[in-house]
Amino acid sequence: MKDFIQQLKKTAHLARLNLTEEEVEIYSKQLEDILNYFQKLQELDTSNVEPMAHVLPLNNIWREDEIKESMDQELILMNAPEVENNCFKVPKIVKED
Amino acid sequence: MYIPVIGLEVHAQLLTKSKMFCSCSTDHENAPPNTLVCPVCMGMPGVLPVVNKKAVELVIRTALALNCEISGFSKFDRKNYFYPDLPKGYQISQYDLPLAKGGYVEFEVDGEIKRVRLKRIHLEEDTGKLLHMGEGDRLAEAEYSLVDLNRCGIPLMELVTEPDIRSAKEARLFLQELRTILRYLEVSSGDMEKGSLRCDANISIMTEDGVFGTRTEIKNVNSFYSLEKALEYEIERQINLLKEGKEVIQETRHWDEKKQITVTLRGKEEAEDYRYFPEPDIPPLIIPKELLEEIKKTIPPLPLQRKLYLQKNYSLTSKEAEIITSEKELCDFFDKCLELYKNVKNLSNWITVELMSYLNDQKLNFKDLKIEPKDFVRIIEMVDKNEITRPVGKEILRKYLDTNESPEKIVEREGLKTVSDLEFLKDVVKKVIDGNEKAVSDYMKGKKNVINFLVGQVMKETKGRASLDLVKSLLEEELDKMK
Amino acid sequence: MGELNSIKEIHDLYRKKEITIREVVDYFLKKIKKFDPLVHAFLKVDEDYINREIERVEKLDLNDKYPLYGIPIAIKDNILTKDLTTTCASKILENFIPPYDAEVIRRLKEKGAIIIGKTNLDEFAMGSSTENSAFGPTRNPWDLERVPGGSSGGSAVAVAVGESLLSLGSDTGGSIRQPASFTGVLGLKPTYGLVSRYGLVAFASSLDQIGPFARKVEDLAIILQSIAGYDPKDSTSSPNPIPNYLELLGKSIKGWKIGVPKEMWEKGVSEEVLNVLKESLNILERDLGAKLIEISLPSMEYALPTYYLIATSEASSNLARYDGIHYGYRNKEQKDLISLYKVSRGEGFGSEVKRRIILGTYALSAGYYDAYYLKAAKVRTIIRKEFESAFKNVDIIISPTSPILPFKLGEKIEDPLQMYLCDIMTIPVNLAGIPAISVPAGFKDNLPVGLQFMGPFFSEDKLLQISYAFQKIVDFSEKYPNLEMR
Repeated sequence: MKDFIQQLKKTAHLARLNLTEEEVEIYSKQLEDILNYFQKLQELDTSNVEPMAHVLPLNNIWREDEIKESMDQELILMNAPEVENNCFKVPKIVKED
Repeated sequence: MYIPVIGLEVHAQLLTKSKMFCSCSTDHENAPPNTLVCPVCMGMPGVLPVVNKKAVELVIRTALALNCEISGFSKFDRKNYFYPDLPKGYQISQYDLPLAKGGYVEFEVDGEIKRVRLKRIHLEEDTGKLLHMGEGDRLAEAEYSLVDLNRCGIPLMELVTEPDIRSAKEARLFLQELRTILRYLEVSSGDMEKGSLRCDANISIMTEDGVFGTRTEIKNVNSFYSLEKALEYEIERQINLLKEGKEVIQETRHWDEKKQITVTLRGKEEAEDYRYFPEPDIPPLIIPKELLEEIKKTIPPLPLQRKLYLQKNYSLTSKEAEIITSEKELCDFFDKCLELYKNVKNLSNWITVELMSYLNDQKLNFKDLKIEPKDFVRIIEMVDKNEITRPVGKEILRKYLDTNESPEKIVEREGLKTVSDLEFLKDVVKKVIDGNEKAVSDYMKGKKNVINFLVGQVMKETKGRASLDLVKSLLEEELDKMK
Repeated sequence: MGELNSIKEIHDLYRKKEITIREVVDYFLKKIKKFDPLVHAFLKVDEDYINREIERVEKLDLNDKYPLYGIPIAIKDNILTKDLTTTCASKILENFIPPYDAEVIRRLKEKGAIIIGKTNLDEFAMGSSTENSAFGPTRNPWDLERVPGGSSGGSAVAVAVGESLLSLGSDTGGSIRQPASFTGVLGLKPTYGLVSRYGLVAFASSLDQIGPFARKVEDLAIILQSIAGYDPKDSTSSPNPIPNYLELLGKSIKGWKIGVPKEMWEKGVSEEVLNVLKESLNILERDLGAKLIEISLPSMEYALPTYYLIATSEASSNLARYDGIHYGYRNKEQKDLISLYKVSRGEGFGSEVKRRIILGTYALSAGYYDAYYLKAAKVRTIIRKEFESAFKNVDIIISPTSPILPFKLGEKIEDPLQMYLCDIMTIPVNLAGIPAISVPAGFKDNLPVGLQFMGPFFSEDKLLQISYAFQKIVDFSEKYPNLEMR
């Protein structure tokens, strides 16, 4: 269980999700149950089966190299939480040591 | 014995009009921020990617030219990570089934032909640009950063080599040759300064028992010479560590252009887990044979091939051939001129000296010029026939390239024909002798070199249009008469 | 004026000039005003937007070019509508105003429809009860203490109550069919690739499809005709030409072979549901002349884990774009990037969404990819092949849409696994990519029970045909829940 909590924290970091201590406790139990249930899949022999990544047997879906007008800068930035000089603004990327 | 083992990872922006997965223009060099963006390339909720066929074709063209095997079945995958220049939170790339595998690049190292094998070539999308603001303008010191997505979604071709490169110089030469090849194929503009060609290096040191050492990755190299310098530094750094019995740590290091050293990237602990999985929004690519055949036909002979041909068939020197084949358009131009003019050496000279000096002065590429083989050849012929002098020929070339007026018209309009009217010249000679008593008396006293000064004066008077040899002999004649 | 129950009724009134578009819209707006405080199906009803819609449609004509002329349609709030907030029932998109219309919206508008409002859903379409909405649950109009199903609860209820004639939802694991069953209306999940996903906020890219809710099968056919078909903006959209979905309506289904998979009719299905549906099976055989054939789909028991591994993996990637930088919720107090990501996403997403993102991230991560994601992708092939095999011997496969009657609010919310089990009948359909429809089959304790018809790829016309035949005998299209007394 403790081991799984470590896993959970590591995974939450990969997904850039903050979890409160309470959430960690609740989710770890729930997720462990779910994952145990998923073990069921190991019952099936899939050694000769191809994984299904796409539903329809489509191939080579592409378009001609033509330019279409881009969207107005105003609309692109319209929903942005913080904008400066018509760019999206983000805080310090590298943390203070 | 320490042997450097180097592999390169090269990214080249492809010469398509529109982006990889949307129809925004790729012409982002001077565009104001976030003006070449649409919901697709900015990753708005609900959007879907649509593959640019031309991008696929350009990768295939490159792969065929470099002797790769085109995959029968290829697909896109998502590379998942968080960074502000990656609005979807994943990059659409190719992981285990790239468009091409294998292949090689050949190039010359000190007169010998070296072959570096390729591991793979694949297609992906470029990220946006970050502008770091605050104290310094580097990432580490920035207080905050600004994101411009104009570049986001531009098609990128990634080529990965096998670790066949054995020196820093080889690495530079490889990259330079690759660049020329990509330009010949019209696949990429290959400009490192502008970022359309980028390179990361992997380097380790092999000891003589053949055991590969630990690899480090070098990033942030922005020019061919930086690549060479960075690798030289890193080779030395690793060798020193080994000599001292210390370990080389597997890590990513940044090339610091100012300090000319590589440094550990601060704060980078474990390797990122990209959680690759097949891109569900894009069906796989099964390249039809007909398309391969069609593309194969568009592949021109490669630069090295043409260079060796010039050396062999026309006895051009390696240096001359290198210059002429540095751009495909220039090489094609050379060939066209040869159809009209047979003195290869002279033609080569005019190109490698006069034409190149113009390009260097004007900071242009050959393909930016408006130049016709027949006009270029005409200028050379006029000089050959002494209709104009060589210096005048050079001048006419420049005027022609600047204005695109025909050489004959320029000559006529500006009266640049070589003055060979003897009577006129004799008059000028007399005038110069009369006007330069001291020089004349020096000459008479035995200072024979002064004649050059006098020749210069005559040339000045005739605006360089007199034949040098003729002027010199006329002067000598006159001066002799005076003795 | 009585209820407005169908497109035909409304169009007849338009033709006879007995009613205006404005009056029709007002009729539905009145219902919304009256009933939505009780059921909370809608997240947004914007009068200005509606007025503009009416103005736009008034310029058109009632003719074949505009089969949805003047018909109000409610839209699930994970389908993008230009200039009208699209929240996915999440705090993280609470104020998001799209600058473009989803392709289905564009087509609906092109055909003369009036977008009347955005409906409630489980956050980012993740849920089976619409309790996971950040803006409060939707209630089942047949019993306000019960859930309407999910994730398209709002769209289902809007049609069930009569707040809108038609609506659109999305279905990734049953999110159209299960709420249709819980609320007593028709709900169709088309074949994967039939309807463009451009403008549908992605949950699980290889499973999502947009589909309609309606009261009458003809109306379902008409709206499907309007939205189905190739879209070059969606690379997974089918290039096949689409048939006329109205053509087969009314034709007999005599002799049709209907597969009854024992795995979906025996264990796990509640008595109450079985009681109602046994009668449906009789009707199909006795009254409609179809032949019931018992079949077996043994890999059904693996569908749930397969679905949840694939769906959450794709979702974890699709939801990475909600990072507080380009749009959406941002905790502005954060001073560095990583904190910005973690806090904004931690605060903006609800718990079910977070749970699924973590599950999916885990299933794709180094060391687990093979055992989880890859394994599930392989089992998916097995499930799909099983359906393909079955359809060689039968025309249609049927099952209960839901193994249980609508449950009470709060009953399953603490136990995610219990919630997931609600979808065992609907999930296999999405995994295989085939189309399916839920038709109201009866009531038990005044709670609706749905019957699910499943067909092979691109057999929507057949599904509509059998649903039409069934509805001729079992017709609840004019039965409305009694909310007057509350």
